[in-house]
Amino acid sequence: MRETPIGTPIRRLDAISKASGTQMYLSDYRFDGMLYSRMVRSTVARGRIAAINMPPLPDGYYFITHKDIPEGGVNELYMIKKDYRCFAEGDVRYIGETIGLLVGPDRGVLLDLEQGIVIEYEEGVPSISIEEGLACKGGPFVGDRNLFCDFTIDKGNIDEVLAKAYRVVEDEINTGWQEHVHLETNAAVAEKEGDKFIINISCQCPFYVRKSVAGLMNRPFEDIIVRQTTTGGAFGGKEHFPDILAGPLLVAVNKIGKPIQLVFDRHEDGAFSVKRHPSRTRFKTALDKDGNILGMDIDVVYNAGAYESCSYVVLQRGVFHAAGVYTIPVTRVRGRAVATNTFPSDAFRGFGAPQTLFAIEVHMCHLANELGIDPLELKKRYFNKKGDITVTNGHINDTVVLSEMLQQVMEASGYAQKAATYKPGSGKGIGISFYNHGGAFTGNGEQMIIKAKAKLHRRADGIVAILVGSTEMGQGLQTALAKIVARVLDVDQDRVVYDNPDTSCVADSGPTVASRSTMIVGKLLERAALEMKERWEEPGEIITQAEYQHPEGYPWDQSTFQGDAYITYGWGVCAVEVEVDPLTREVITKGVWSSHDVGVPIDELVVKGQIHGGIIQSLGYAAMEKLENTAKKGFKQVGLSDYIIPTSMDFPAQTATLVHNPYPYGPFGAKGMGELVFNGASAAFIDAVSRAVDTEIRSIPIPPETLTELMKHGA
Amino acid sequence: MTRKTVTCTINGKRREFSIDVRSSLSEMLRGEASLDSIKHGCDVGECGACTVLIDGRPFNSCIYLAVWAEGKEILTLEGLTDTKGTISDIQQAFMDEGAVQCGFCTPGFIMSSIPIITSDTPASREEIRKQVSGNLCRCTGYENIVNAIEKTQKKRIEERKGSGKK
Repeated sequence: MRETPIGTPIRRLDAISKASGTQMYLSDYRFDGMLYSRMVRSTVARGRIAAINMPPLPDGYYFITHKDIPEGGVNELYMIKKDYRCFAEGDVRYIGETIGLLVGPDRGVLLDLEQGIVIEYEEGVPSISIEEGLACKGGPFVGDRNLFCDFTIDKGNIDEVLAKAYRVVEDEINTGWQEHVHLETNAAVAEKEGDKFIINISCQCPFYVRKSVAGLMNRPFEDIIVRQTTTGGAFGGKEHFPDILAGPLLVAVNKIGKPIQLVFDRHEDGAFSVKRHPSRTRFKTALDKDGNILGMDIDVVYNAGAYESCSYVVLQRGVFHAAGVYTIPVTRVRGRAVATNTFPSDAFRGFGAPQTLFAIEVHMCHLANELGIDPLELKKRYFNKKGDITVTNGHINDTVVLSEMLQQVMEASGYAQKAATYKPGSGKGIGISFYNHGGAFTGNGEQMIIKAKAKLHRRADGIVAILVGSTEMGQGLQTALAKIVARVLDVDQDRVVYDNPDTSCVADSGPTVASRSTMIVGKLLERAALEMKERWEEPGEIITQAEYQHPEGYPWDQSTFQGDAYITYGWGVCAVEVEVDPLTREVITKGVWSSHDVGVPIDELVVKGQIHGGIIQSLGYAAMEKLENTAKKGFKQVGLSDYIIPTSMDFPAQTATLVHNPYPYGPFGAKGMGELVFNGASAAFIDAVSRAVDTEIRSIPIPPETLTELMKHGA
Repeated sequence: MTRKTVTCTINGKRREFSIDVRSSLSEMLRGEASLDSIKHGCDVGECGACTVLIDGRPFNSCIYLAVWAEGKEILTLEGLTDTKGTISDIQQAFMDEGAVQCGFCTPGFIMSSIPIITSDTPASREEIRKQVSGNLCRCTGYENIVNAIEKTQKKRIEERKGSGKK
């Protein structure tokens, strides 16, 4: 074995094609006879479709609707449940719901035709906000309460604790919608090869796409082949959302028989795509007379939009992370996902954890203010330790090294001195946040739902091919997995190849989500490589496979949400320093320092790249990414001039450090990390701004105009 | 639909195209010249993914009419690779510094960095950040991109000193 540590950077597998400009993305492929398409969508948030008035369609042009679904097919996209329709039928539930697909050879003509379609509606009264959804404004449209789910987890008896408390501090924290803004918009080309359907698609989870459309097309999985094309960013926005493109495209291909391309323009990708769930988190925290926290009653509501998609799962992760990195003696956490007439909320890096982690961090700061102590002093007292009981009455199994990480960040940032010197309201502030992220699927999901498999193939030419459904979307997965395999086999890195997956050729290693791919799929490949290494001297081709095995001793009951929600967590500490302009309330970020525990980094350059990008995305979430939704127009900020993401000038250089804390069940000790790095910077930023302007902030984002209003009128 | 002939130099070669006068330069370069390094990220000049150099200056080719390219010298990412297929130092630096993640913004960023690395006046990190601020990236947080540009700029200045050029 080589002696350099696994983390020593290598050249990314995808670097040369991307830096030389030869890398093809979906919109670069041209198929013979390929037609183009435009989605025709609902322009009202709630109502019945009274009439669809079409302009005359020239020869070779089609308008595909639910009426074109093949015989025996069902108007559904099967995500977690089968509640999501492929095409609106009868009624519409949100602005942007797919009604039909215009298909034809000329894009200009398609645009003209689209302008000529007049859809008449009998409009209903929509609910947009969490409050409107909970109040069933316009009448409930999901069950009798507009709730996709409502569950509570208890640790101890919170009612008793609240009744006996010396004082109870109440709080409410809100977070807004967030758009993924992957630079490559959603895109797919569907075609037919013989009697099989092919979908070439920019996506995270090729096997999800296949599952979602099989019932729609009334075909077995094997008849639908999904080929991932090189994906220009995803962040959760290409987890389930590609299903929304794949469904109508396949129905159209079945009818027309030619390859059809659907590429969203930027406006469509902003206005008509899934978003991060807005949230409202309420706390009732019981304190004793010495200021100790006795218990917390936490009420979490996420705005799920019009269809459930993965909201129940997102909410579970939010609920399980609701106490943050703190061990609170007694807790109750209630979670509700409320249906509204907005574009369905869905996966976004962090998957429900960022909202509640933000809320608990801000709430802890407010508690510290009530008690008159530095937030850091309060937070330190409750840090999770190995063996502590979690909100789901499971255990923290990790050796938690938050204190060591805190030390790194304190030294790099000068936190203690700055926190003492910058007076509240002085315009200068430093803030600090702590966060974690449970690795892989919640509870026993990896064992019960995913059942991941991984395959390695030593071909006749001696090259070893990684055959898994896990996808590269920019995060560096191909590099990480290929590195693990080359290391175990002790072969040159360039003898291991890993192409974009094709569902007809690779093992289903599960979706590329939940920060699970390096940790879970990487481990499977490590095992497959170990077997291959033992058989290395065999002549000819070798194929080895590994299937997921759940470690013993981590009980979980999915029906009651009791036990170890996660076997392990990644951990993070982040400090942010700001200056606030006294006149314009523009916030200038002066420094960003972080420390992360990702177990053992498989490639330090890749990991640092994730940290830098995740932290900037998180700062954008808190500082500038304002996204409003109105009943009449839907999302308001849809172009990149209106929906503001960080540029190279908005945030300064970062100092990022890592601690080594090997995870026994991960490849080379690695844990998940792609989402962790998003989970905390927003809270550190808001802590810093709150101190600088001496005003408590309970809602993000907080662009200068919002901060000005807040300081004028109070929270 | 009015068509017009546009003659320009693309990556050192003189080219002539008959185009719809409404076409953008990015449509002409992708559609007629098959230069697919030019990415359509927004089509309205907001993201920078389609950046090319026109007579040495970076432009968003999606909002530059193809007919305006008459007589111009255009450089795209494909033009940075030499005839033997060897990539340039700035491309190498993007690879070495981890400045490439999903890759969709990469061609535009590299093109926007050319005026910085070819300038005789060294730019500070702040100035580099300012000069590429028209290019959006959602993956990297920009840090490694700035590192790659800074490193290449320093290397080129050293090389020019070494070769006696000012």
